[in-house]
Amino acid sequence: MSFPWANDYKPTNPLMQWVDQRLPLPRFVYNAVGAGYPVPRNLNYMWNFGILAGFALVLQIVTGVVLAMHYAANDKVAFDSVEHIMRDVNWGWMLRYAHANGASMFFIVVYTHIFRGFFYSSYKAPREMIWLLGVVIFLLMMATAFMGYVLPWGQMSFWGAKVITGLFSAIPLVGPPLQEWLLGGFAPDNAALNRFFSLHFLLPFVILGVIILHVWALHIPGSSNPTGVEVKQESDTVPFHPYYTAKDGFGLGIFLMLYCALVFFAPNLLGHPDNYIPANPLSTPAHIVPEWYFWPFYAILRAFTSDFMFIPAKLMGVLAMFSAILVWFFLPWLDTSPVRSGHYRPMFRKFFYLLVVDVLVLGYCGGAPAAEPFVMISQIASMYYFLHFLVILPIVSSIETPQPLPFSITEAVLGKDESATLSPATPAIA
Amino acid sequence: MTGATNGEGVRRRDFINIAAVSFAGVGGLAALYPLISQMAPSADVLAESSTEIDISAIAPGQAIKAVWRKQPVFIRNLTPQEISAADKVDVASLRDPQTLEQRTTAGKTNWLITMGVCTHLGCVPLGAGEGEVKGEFGGYFCPCHGSVYDTAARIRKGPAPKNLEVPPHEFSSDTVVKIG
Repeated sequence: MSFPWANDYKPTNPLMQWVDQRLPLPRFVYNAVGAGYPVPRNLNYMWNFGILAGFALVLQIVTGVVLAMHYAANDKVAFDSVEHIMRDVNWGWMLRYAHANGASMFFIVVYTHIFRGFFYSSYKAPREMIWLLGVVIFLLMMATAFMGYVLPWGQMSFWGAKVITGLFSAIPLVGPPLQEWLLGGFAPDNAALNRFFSLHFLLPFVILGVIILHVWALHIPGSSNPTGVEVKQESDTVPFHPYYTAKDGFGLGIFLMLYCALVFFAPNLLGHPDNYIPANPLSTPAHIVPEWYFWPFYAILRAFTSDFMFIPAKLMGVLAMFSAILVWFFLPWLDTSPVRSGHYRPMFRKFFYLLVVDVLVLGYCGGAPAAEPFVMISQIASMYYFLHFLVILPIVSSIETPQPLPFSITEAVLGKDESATLSPATPAIA
Repeated sequence: MTGATNGEGVRRRDFINIAAVSFAGVGGLAALYPLISQMAPSADVLAESSTEIDISAIAPGQAIKAVWRKQPVFIRNLTPQEISAADKVDVASLRDPQTLEQRTTAGKTNWLITMGVCTHLGCVPLGAGEGEVKGEFGGYFCPCHGSVYDTAARIRKGPAPKNLEVPPHEFSSDTVVKIG
């Protein structure tokens, strides 16, 4: 797909012409992220984060593949092999810190990308499929990150594996055998470590595949934009290259500065010191926490402390935690307002910022010990989280009066649009 | 077989088609079985299914942590006060109703043998080691999500749904217990 005015791929080099006739891969790239993809001219920096997420994935795959050349997935030597990487392997310390902090950067970028989607309602028709695939990517990322954290086989690795696979034991009837099957034993063990390594290597490539579908689905309607008004004419767009390759390049520079600051000056800032203690099945660390990017969901898991109706507290917590993400799948149909952008939705905008605060509060509680007042705060914040998506969003969509939208992207950028006065719908012509 | 010639009813070719595709489908499903089954605990993991432990050195009020199936087991020698505290509780009021007698061997009620695995999400509760917090009911306390167990290791408070599991065990002699 593309707009009729999209640039056509016309290679001048005879070799590229020869290739294009036999395998139009360069044409595909040109139309996807080159001058052949017309993009709204008004994109702000929030639109950098898709490319940044793609960059972070490539970073993780490259550093991960080389780390796998030195790591041994066996419960007797895994911890030592990570220390071997840190102390003996040439540049091993840098590659491992790059990989560990790369995961954090990946999540920072993806959370920003998701909240960009919330604010600008990027999930609305005709872009529902892009959104749904994005949620699938996020779920895959969570699984991959969790299994990667188990590999160093430290205390947090071991107990994280135990607690997270323990979630499955909450399922009625099949739960405990399912947990045994997932672990290949009665507790995390060599079998579990090996399969987590295998899957941790595989899943990034599955993510890559779903990203290709995500971008494919994006190119059918084309990118959304901060006004939420669809592209109407050629003056609304500019070619992706060089305009947005340059803008994304600038964003990438900022990303790399932050990333390098973490890797070289504070490599353990976001990690947990307990994971430098070898796994011990007989002693639980006093304070088990997952990595920071799971804290909001961990807070929701722990918010359920007593049985609710006939459902045990443990199962409720697990259901709520998974529902917190699964509710995103229904977002395109929960938000029924015809206006996309939060800029033109005064009431929606206030609740959006409230949701941001709510998720930050959940995140803080998820990292805090399971004691008061954090338990009560998590309970209130969890309730508000679901209230936002299931009650507030549908109600706001139906009662809110949006502000007037610009006629076109061109008008939004230049203050006037010639074609607006020529439009048959305007009284000037009628 | 008029159907085979004029195209009415079930033709010979339809039958062959359905039979072939069904056979391939069953074969495909059969091939899935080993792929799924390989993830279940392997023979060597299952082989570690019983262990014998000497309990002669555990004085009343003390407990030890043993290992069975790579998981901790708490073996606790209850004091008479702890036994009477457990017996005083109204069983009907418990989340997972069980008496101390149901959780121990007859005649050896003082030996409380349970898994050291919290029934919430699998952490090792505190209370078996010297000087560890025992929680407000004098049994075990799980630091992960705050589950509290009483002197019979029954769940009294917090998110855990069940009492600490009692593994299958028998006393080989007065001083040796076999778990599994």
